[in-house]
Amino acid sequence: MTTEFTATLAQAGYPAAFQSITLAHYLFISGAMFSLGLIGFLTRRNLIIMFLCTELMFQAAGLALVAFSRFHMNMTGQSFVIFIVTVAAAEAAMALALVVLLFRRRESLDAEEWSELKG
Amino acid sequence: MTNLLSNFCLASAAPGAATLSPILLGPSEAQLILALPIIGLLFCTLCAIFRVKSKAPAFFTVACLAGAFALVVRLYLNKTGTPVITSGFEWFFLEWGDGKGQRLVANFSLYLDSLTILWMLFVTGLATLIALYASEYMAGDLGTGYCRFFAAFNLFVFSMSCLVMGDNLLLLFLGWEGVGLCSYLLIGYFYKKPSAVEAAKKAFIMNRIGDLGLLMGIGLTFVHFGSIEYRDIFHAAQPYIEAAKAGKYNEIPFLVQLIPVLLAIGAFGKSAQIPLYVWLPDAMEGPTPVSALIHAATMVTAGVYLVARMYPLFLLSEYALPLVAWVGALTALLAATIGMAQFDIKRIMAYSTVSQLGYMFAGLGGLSSTGAAFHVVTHAFFKALLFLACGAIMHGFAGQLDLRKLSGIRRLKGWGIVSFGMLVGCLNLSGFPFTSGFFSKDMLIGSEFLTPGMAPIGWILLFTAGLTAYYTFRVFFRVIVGPLHYEPGDELHSAHDEHGHGGENHNEHAHVQDDHQHHDHGHGGHFHPHAPGWAINTVLLTLSVLSLSASALNFLHLPNQPHIEGGIVPELVMESSAAYESPYARHEAHEGTGDGGHEGPDAHGTPSYVPTAIALDDPHAHAGTFLGWNPHAVMFYVSGAVGFIGIFVAFVLHYVGRTTAATAKADALLPMLGPIPGWAQHKWYVDEFYKYSIYWPLIILANLCNLFDKLIIDGIVRLFGAIPRWIGNTIRPTQSGELHGYAAGMAAGVAVLLFIVFILTLR
Repeated sequence: MTTEFTATLAQAGYPAAFQSITLAHYLFISGAMFSLGLIGFLTRRNLIIMFLCTELMFQAAGLALVAFSRFHMNMTGQSFVIFIVTVAAAEAAMALALVVLLFRRRESLDAEEWSELKG
Repeated sequence: MTNLLSNFCLASAAPGAATLSPILLGPSEAQLILALPIIGLLFCTLCAIFRVKSKAPAFFTVACLAGAFALVVRLYLNKTGTPVITSGFEWFFLEWGDGKGQRLVANFSLYLDSLTILWMLFVTGLATLIALYASEYMAGDLGTGYCRFFAAFNLFVFSMSCLVMGDNLLLLFLGWEGVGLCSYLLIGYFYKKPSAVEAAKKAFIMNRIGDLGLLMGIGLTFVHFGSIEYRDIFHAAQPYIEAAKAGKYNEIPFLVQLIPVLLAIGAFGKSAQIPLYVWLPDAMEGPTPVSALIHAATMVTAGVYLVARMYPLFLLSEYALPLVAWVGALTALLAATIGMAQFDIKRIMAYSTVSQLGYMFAGLGGLSSTGAAFHVVTHAFFKALLFLACGAIMHGFAGQLDLRKLSGIRRLKGWGIVSFGMLVGCLNLSGFPFTSGFFSKDMLIGSEFLTPGMAPIGWILLFTAGLTAYYTFRVFFRVIVGPLHYEPGDELHSAHDEHGHGGENHNEHAHVQDDHQHHDHGHGGHFHPHAPGWAINTVLLTLSVLSLSASALNFLHLPNQPHIEGGIVPELVMESSAAYESPYARHEAHEGTGDGGHEGPDAHGTPSYVPTAIALDDPHAHAGTFLGWNPHAVMFYVSGAVGFIGIFVAFVLHYVGRTTAATAKADALLPMLGPIPGWAQHKWYVDEFYKYSIYWPLIILANLCNLFDKLIIDGIVRLFGAIPRWIGNTIRPTQSGELHGYAAGMAAGVAVLLFIVFILTLR
């Protein structure tokens, strides 16, 4: 399968160095990004950083989708990612607005400040 | 016992209606008798809605009831001696199969035989008179209270008519519960008075106990005879009656023999017999017209009616009639002893009602259904009269009923008719010769001596007759005659006193008590007893005349009516299901006329169409005697003498030399009897006995049940509620509100999932 994939890349006119990049690489990057995002989310207390970390995990998922889409030569995954990016943009605008509001309330960006919102 | 009874019961009994097939008719004017009180009820309800503040409801009620009475009289004049069933509308119809006993039919039809007509005559007649009396008596409550009273009054007459005229036991039960409800409503008429509310509840609950017996009796009747319509019951019971006549009680199933006992329990509840009599004296909390109509004349005789109506079934058990007789006799004695020691004249009358009802049951049990029915009629007249006279006194003296605080009221102007009515009532109740009470009581007591095995009951009743005469005339000699003295009571009526003295009564109460200047009207300057008006006087006079002339019912005949030896009442009873010719009476009659043998029914003057006229099966059945004499012949003299002695004792103890209202010679004699008068005054502590033997155990049982409910039942429910709560409490700390905590939880979950996937892919 891998050879088929690299052959396809060669046919598409990619540089030879690219031809050694396989699906596994993309998935590895995606996994690494997700893990970094998760670690960042769990360790940092700044709301903006935590939000950025979630974006990172989000895009990791998008990357995996694109990689699989290209691997299977099926455009569904890529079109899906376009939607994800759009939604992420809207969501980022809203989330940052929320963060601003939260900051105005407590003069702090610490997530611990809001722990009394427990269910 | 069995030997005695096979000798005793049923040697020649047969129910009247059993062999006669009733005539079936469509709706007739008899249905109108039921409709008229309902029209009155609707009118009174409308008056209450529009807040009519006049006597219109009373006079409309009187008109309706008078119309009903006229219809009953017409029914009587047109009767043929055969029961008539007029069908109204279909009421209950249940069918769950084709077989026998799988169809329950109870139509709103009327069974009109002569027993029905007898009862309806005095029910509607007395209701009319008492409604007229109440129009004046209740005038203090003009307005919605007045309408409420007459609405319940009409509903009572309707229910009583259902009870008496229904052609099946379910309609009887409807009426039975209806009169119980009206009794409850009217006892509790003064619903702001705690004692009245208590009394109403007591009457209602006591009656429920009896009603359970009645309901079970009706159920068993249906199970065994496959119907609850009288005509079918009597028809289906015929084989058993034949068996009972031959003395073969062992051929009758036990459950059939149980029916009359259960019915008797129902009758004991409604007619205030031992052990369910305690509600009736308390029922005197109601307005006096109610006491007169419901708790003396009509409703309480419903039990007697039930026994008389179902007499054929009572003959099926060898124990039912002796039970009825003994309960009646003991009640008569017990109530009379309590009545002797009371001071509230209305209570005395209440106990005498219980006592006289006991006489009626003893009469039924002693094979004298005629005597019992006759006593019901005469008692209805004279006891209504006595109650209404007491009511007039209560009304006039602002609720005063204590015989120690009233004396010689005949001397007051305007009280002549009340005093006369009281005298007539007392004479009747004590069985003074040639009054109607005298004849009916004689008939009862004579039959007891005539029937073998019943002589002890006869002696009890004779003794009770003496006590009755004593306590009756105790009231008369204390309240009506003697030196004049009166103190106002402080009851509800005073508040509505027409003359506007009500407000003063309370203030004057204390200082009138010290005042013993009886002939001085000075103390009356504050309190004027107000003499009864025309309505009360008319009714009292009418009832006095009726009470005196009721004895004629035992001799007279109306023209165009079948002639039965005895008169109107015996004729009515002998044509009905209560017809029963005591074999001993016939025996006695033969011996009396000296012809010795028996020649068949007609010799006794009984018309041949009366099916009771069955020849004596057992020629060796010997009638009892009264100390060797013919009971009916000597009872006139004996009970007359007993009555005289009672009256004389009362005369000596309560009239001769009495100068004050509060005390009489009797009080000096009381200590000689030790604690007994006190016990009697406390009603032999029966109420207390019930309280500690039934009420408190029930309360304890109820509390135990409550505890079980709270601990066990509720505990299980709470346990099921507690488990989720416990789980929630355990898990809740994880919802810390720490964002990182949630994220870590998610990450851990993902890790676990990944791990599981990893393990699975390893294979």
